[in-house]
Amino acid sequence: MDDADDIVKEFLVESYENLDRLDRELITLEKNPKDCEILGSIFRTIHTIKGTSGFLAFDKLGAVAHVGESLLGRLRDGQLTLDGEITTGLLAMVDVVRQMLASIETSGGEGERDDSALISRLTRLQRASEAPGQSGGKSEGKNSEPVELKAAAAGAGASSQGISGPMISPAIGSVTPCPGRISDAEPHTAQEAKPDDPAAPPETVVEQAAVDIAETQRGQQAARGQSASDSTIRLDVSLLDQLMNLVGELVLARNQILQFANSTEESSLLAASQRLNLITTELQEGVMKTRMQPIGNIWSKFPRTVRDLALDCGKQVRVEMEGKETELDKTLIEAIKDPLTHLVRNSVDHGIERPEVRQAAGKDPEGCLSLRAFHEGGQVNIEISDDGAGLDQERIRNKAVQRGLVTADQAGRMSDREIVNLVFLPGFSTAEKVTNVSGRGVGMDVVKTHIEKIGGTVDLQSKPGQGVLVRMKIPLTLAIIPALIVTSVGQRYAIPQVNLLELVGLDGEQAGRGIESIRGAPVYRLRGRLLPLVYLKSALLTGEGSRKDLGSEAAAGPETATTAATGAAISATISVQAAGPGRINIVVLEADGRQFGLVVDEINDTEEIVVKPLGKHLKNISVYAGATIMGDGKVALILDVLGLAQRARILVEGREHTHGEGAQAAAPGVSGKQKLVLFTGRAGTRMAVPLDLLARLENIPGPQVERSGNQWVTQYRGQILPLIRISHALEERRYLPPEDVLTLPTMGMLQVLVLEHEHQSFGLVVNEILDIVESTLEPRSPATRAGVLHSSVIADRVTELLDVPALLRAGEAYEPTIRTQYSVTSTKAEA
Amino acid sequence: MTNARQFCTFYLDHLLFGVESQKIQEVVTYIELRPVPLAPPVVSGLMNLRGQVVVALELRRQLELPERPPNMTPVCLVVRASAGTVCLLADEVGNVVEVEEQTFEPSPETLSPRLRSVILGVHKLEDQLMHVLDTDQACEIQGVGQGASSGA
Repeated sequence: MDDADDIVKEFLVESYENLDRLDRELITLEKNPKDCEILGSIFRTIHTIKGTSGFLAFDKLGAVAHVGESLLGRLRDGQLTLDGEITTGLLAMVDVVRQMLASIETSGGEGERDDSALISRLTRLQRASEAPGQSGGKSEGKNSEPVELKAAAAGAGASSQGISGPMISPAIGSVTPCPGRISDAEPHTAQEAKPDDPAAPPETVVEQAAVDIAETQRGQQAARGQSASDSTIRLDVSLLDQLMNLVGELVLARNQILQFANSTEESSLLAASQRLNLITTELQEGVMKTRMQPIGNIWSKFPRTVRDLALDCGKQVRVEMEGKETELDKTLIEAIKDPLTHLVRNSVDHGIERPEVRQAAGKDPEGCLSLRAFHEGGQVNIEISDDGAGLDQERIRNKAVQRGLVTADQAGRMSDREIVNLVFLPGFSTAEKVTNVSGRGVGMDVVKTHIEKIGGTVDLQSKPGQGVLVRMKIPLTLAIIPALIVTSVGQRYAIPQVNLLELVGLDGEQAGRGIESIRGAPVYRLRGRLLPLVYLKSALLTGEGSRKDLGSEAAAGPETATTAATGAAISATISVQAAGPGRINIVVLEADGRQFGLVVDEINDTEEIVVKPLGKHLKNISVYAGATIMGDGKVALILDVLGLAQRARILVEGREHTHGEGAQAAAPGVSGKQKLVLFTGRAGTRMAVPLDLLARLENIPGPQVERSGNQWVTQYRGQILPLIRISHALEERRYLPPEDVLTLPTMGMLQVLVLEHEHQSFGLVVNEILDIVESTLEPRSPATRAGVLHSSVIADRVTELLDVPALLRAGEAYEPTIRTQYSVTSTKAEA
Repeated sequence: MTNARQFCTFYLDHLLFGVESQKIQEVVTYIELRPVPLAPPVVSGLMNLRGQVVVALELRRQLELPERPPNMTPVCLVVRASAGTVCLLADEVGNVVEVEEQTFEPSPETLSPRLRSVILGVHKLEDQLMHVLDTDQACEIQGVGQGASSGA
């Protein structure tokens, strides 16, 4: 019984593979109906299924395959030319066969089913060709085939009783190559030869087959006549997984030995450990490779999917593939299968227009769906693009606002690219209406979630009238990853290198001054861009207090800033300041397209780590991606950069907004807009300075203001900060009595913008700080007084944009500051 | 005879507990654990069990017993529960005892509700009562939702 089960199992595995190939081949054939080689291959596949199902007494399966085969035979003999209808019929047959196989797999039998409709359909297609003429020899052939089938079945039945198990499977296989190979030349001879000799002893068949074992067992490749067949074997995936785990352990042991060897003087041990190192690395690569599969494996289903869907929608779609051979880990292949299918369906369903619409728009009536895959930077990039209508940005914008996903204000400020990526927001997709109107979006959030779960990213670009491009970046493998090891509060954490952009170290004075705060959020100015900072130790503060602490820390900034006096922030402030005097290490990370700096105590090294899953107890802590065992045998946690970013943002709501702006301010011209700090001067006149120049906002108590010459100054972070009163710096000061210029405030708080320009900092004393806005600075009108660049309408009010360099000159403020930074580009993991 | 079952016993705050011996994978001496910030308090940390990363739960906290005195080194009971392999921290390991079904009684009403939810009942041993630990329950984290919210 077991033997029989094995045979069925083998038959199923082989047939599934063959069917997948069949789908592909039929589509290819439809485009090129005269391709004899493909036709021959299809014919052989169906014939194998028919023959084997006969052996195994799956009569219904045999019957379906039989009509299919007859139809194919006609095609191959050139009596019939493949057209859309026949292709559809044959594909339907493939589906039915697949259903039956599935049923055999689950229940052991074909199940109760009636395929007469399909059979008569296929027969009708066959007759369509017969009608115009000859039928004689053909119908004879048809008659002979069932006989042959029964004979073969009988033969197999007899043999399976007489001969031991292992010998049977070649016997089954033997049906494949014999008729297959012969039939290329003379099919009917081959088929008729058998019924001629129905009593042939089964042994003969087996002997014949034994000769062919080598080829037949290697399955369909032999049948296809590819020489590669000799060099491939089929393996159980669980064996590969086990090997992978063992290699993982080996990598750990290797790391431990390396660490140990490096601390001794023993040269022979060093040499041996280096050799071990090399071999392990190679072994690891080798085992990884066994798990690699070409992405073509999942793509191969798409032509069929697209064809069916296009037919349903009345569209014409051509599929183009590039980089089919791009390989990635098997588990990842599985993981991206559904998202990819979804995107492909979306493109055909909603992206590509109907032929008449396309023609009206001056495009080729046949739409093109293109799939592209390639390796880049240790990741696999997959692009799915169509040349359809693209997304309707206005509608997405409106819908997103309507659904409360973004405020109208936010939406107004978003770039086109940000707008189209709104379709990935959960909640955007669920509503039926949105789908109908915008055309897309069902389950896009699911796509995004799936891709992000495996450490990938997804991005969407749309050009109205030209189509949509979805780009995914997927890691090559999940099991062993290069990571940066950092220390925080004496504990090590691993940060996947994929997320790592660069390392920035601030020493001594820089450490004190480098970190600034905007509206309470700590930021670092990285090459002119504001980088929001997250303190790892605060982000990982446990318990109920963490929210409060982190929130107020963010408000307080690393050092005493505007609201630090609240006192609630004590613990967080202390912890942050502890790092202050020494060196500040910033790990610049990217998550979900946004950059942020993670401040850690120490940056250790890069290392290849083996990702171990966290048990279910800890899975819901989104900050961790897993755990790993370090060279010294201790456990380290792997940080989930996305989760960390989310946590830090969730904790300080409303901050993300500012961050986004900060990040964008660094790239002016993207949207043609500029971020500005709005404030009022004397008499409530509205003014603005570019946010780029703003270091921080401070409240300085009046009594802390001192005088130096003609200048107001204050002691600020160990330096003397010149203060310029906006009311005096501008021309109007000439109307002020001189004593007012010099009189120091004795009470109250001054609102001060600490600005930096060309390494000079100074404080601008303003009446009231209003807001941070983004504006195109249109329309403009020329300045009416010195110190003002121009006036324009910002937030519905006429606002003067200040000329900061001019103000500096006017205030004669000069204070040199040294600001340098260095960055270490992430070094490659030492294997 | 057929009802005899083997239990591995251990102590927590002077109370005797027992776990079915088949559920125990091994007992290992305490090694330094890797604390997990943001984890629920019952999670003491992560342990490297011969290359496998195993979560260690503090049974005293799990059972809402008083904290272990700082000078006492716990032992690690590695158990196979529905949640996977979990290490439970106890004060001290006892013996392997064989008990008959007859000595079993459901947990008395007077026990603390938390304790009652984690033990199946008690076996009346000659000189002491042995609390039978429900390993699956003991390896669950109460209100995992809390963990989620703190991790979110």
